[in-house]
Amino acid sequence: MSEVAIVGVGCVGFQPILPELSYKELMYEAAVKAYEDAGVDPRKDVDVFITCAEDYLEGFSIFDEFVPDQLGAVLRPLFTVSGDGLLGLANAYMLIKTGHFDTVVLEAHSKASDLLTLMDVIAFALDPVLNRPLGGHPYYVAGMEMNRYLHDTCATVEQCAQVVVKNRKNACGNPYAAYGANMTLDQVLCSDMYFYPLKKLEISTPADGCVVMVLASEKVAEKLTDKPVWVKGVGWCTETPNLETKDWSKSVDTRLAAEMAYKTAKIHNPRKEVDLAEVNDLFAYKELQHMEALKLCACGEAGKLTEEGVTARNGELPVNPSGGLLGMGYGLEASGMEKLLEVVLQLRSEAGRRQIRDAEIGLAHAWRGIPTTTGIVAVLSNNK
Amino acid sequence: MSEKIKDYRGEALKSADFKEGRVPTEKCRPKAKFAWSAGIAIGRFLEELKKGKIIASTCSKCGRIMVPPRIYCENCFKPTDGWKYVKDTGTINTYSVSYLAADASRLKEPILVAIIDLDGASKNMGLIHKLGEVDKDEIKFGMKVKAVWKPKEERVGAITDIKYFKPIKEATP
Ligand SMILES: [Zn+2]
Repeated sequence: MSEVAIVGVGCVGFQPILPELSYKELMYEAAVKAYEDAGVDPRKDVDVFITCAEDYLEGFSIFDEFVPDQLGAVLRPLFTVSGDGLLGLANAYMLIKTGHFDTVVLEAHSKASDLLTLMDVIAFALDPVLNRPLGGHPYYVAGMEMNRYLHDTCATVEQCAQVVVKNRKNACGNPYAAYGANMTLDQVLCSDMYFYPLKKLEISTPADGCVVMVLASEKVAEKLTDKPVWVKGVGWCTETPNLETKDWSKSVDTRLAAEMAYKTAKIHNPRKEVDLAEVNDLFAYKELQHMEALKLCACGEAGKLTEEGVTARNGELPVNPSGGLLGMGYGLEASGMEKLLEVVLQLRSEAGRRQIRDAEIGLAHAWRGIPTTTGIVAVLSNNK
Repeated sequence: MSEKIKDYRGEALKSADFKEGRVPTEKCRPKAKFAWSAGIAIGRFLEELKKGKIIASTCSKCGRIMVPPRIYCENCFKPTDGWKYVKDTGTINTYSVSYLAADASRLKEPILVAIIDLDGASKNMGLIHKLGEVDKDEIKFGMKVKAVWKPKEERVGAITDIKYFKPIKEATP
């Protein structure tokens, strides 16, 4: 079976708002960049186009129908994955693995600023009979999870706040990041309490942006580029929709998704083998919880490693050198693509000021946010 | 239901059972509000409508004059390179008579909807709009029509700045 490589990337944003562009124009600009980067003509060279979008976030029913023009996909095979961009990556990977398709385009975007009632739409994802009638902001779910996580692991609120300081600082070196900032631990710790024990500055802020990538089979990739980034493994998993019964301490879905991806990628000791990890940090504590689920450290160890600077950009195990969602902004279904973009740039040695030396294996992880229990993991390498 | 079964188990539900709350349900009205950025192309298009004009964008590669305008030609996949006004007259490509409202209730006056290929735009390029000042039985394929605009002070930069299209009375030779 052919290996699968990422051969082109394009990104517009991420910015707090991009009011000058429609979502179509945003997608077009990112697509042009990706096709130029890959050296492909979408009208001739692409076999399948995949977009990742959730109708409710777009404000359209059957959003996929509005996609072809701006991607160069008119009269071509196209489908939408209603989920995170990394789920789209899993689909692209499988298509190429079948041997029937050589070149696949993957797109995900966020036009969060077009959605005036984002939190109401997120609340609409709660169970309509058992959960929604209780009212309140849906992020109280994160407050409960953080509370149980801290209780079980002895991670501290300072360690969670340190994640924010680190990621916002990393974002200062990332031109694709919307929320780079130099903050102190105290600033985070003293920010308003929103959903005890979760504070205001520990919550990622939405941002607008779009990421397009071109994937290719081994045969095509090696013709197109001398810097292919190989997808060595993908995994995905959903735990349960029942908040009443899910595991509140650990991210079980991420653990199983990681095991699936590691198996294909033949990663036996993630802590040692992974050179950088882009991990979902929609809420600061999630970075810690996810690191543990991804077996990047033992359970309860992530907070300490963060405190000690191990996960800093220049640390032994850099986590979210891009700035993560806390620093880049929460890109809705493009969140996983923000992670993937950073891994690709790092593995191509194109991460500028953020470059991690000698990076060979990178991990991208996505979680679909409140109230989901879906995790997706991709392992990438610049070595075939 | 099968005629062979004489006795169904349980009790049949009547509409009153739902109305009077004997069937448990949970009601919810989602709060989903959107404000889509019109962007470069449609933003310009709406501004021009406010002025009483219809603007297209052009592609120098395939030569198409495209309305509604866009910033890229989807066939050539390249940026458009110009703007061009088209006429507010055109030809009926296809049409229908909608007797129902969106909630499927019967409308007192049916809505006449049509695809109008605009004069000055490329083939099969134009607007979807309503027809007016015409009886439904008089509408014909290829019929020439012209926009009826709202008065200037009522125009807001929306597709409804055009009230409808009406037939152009062709001069008899
Ligand atoms: Zn063209």
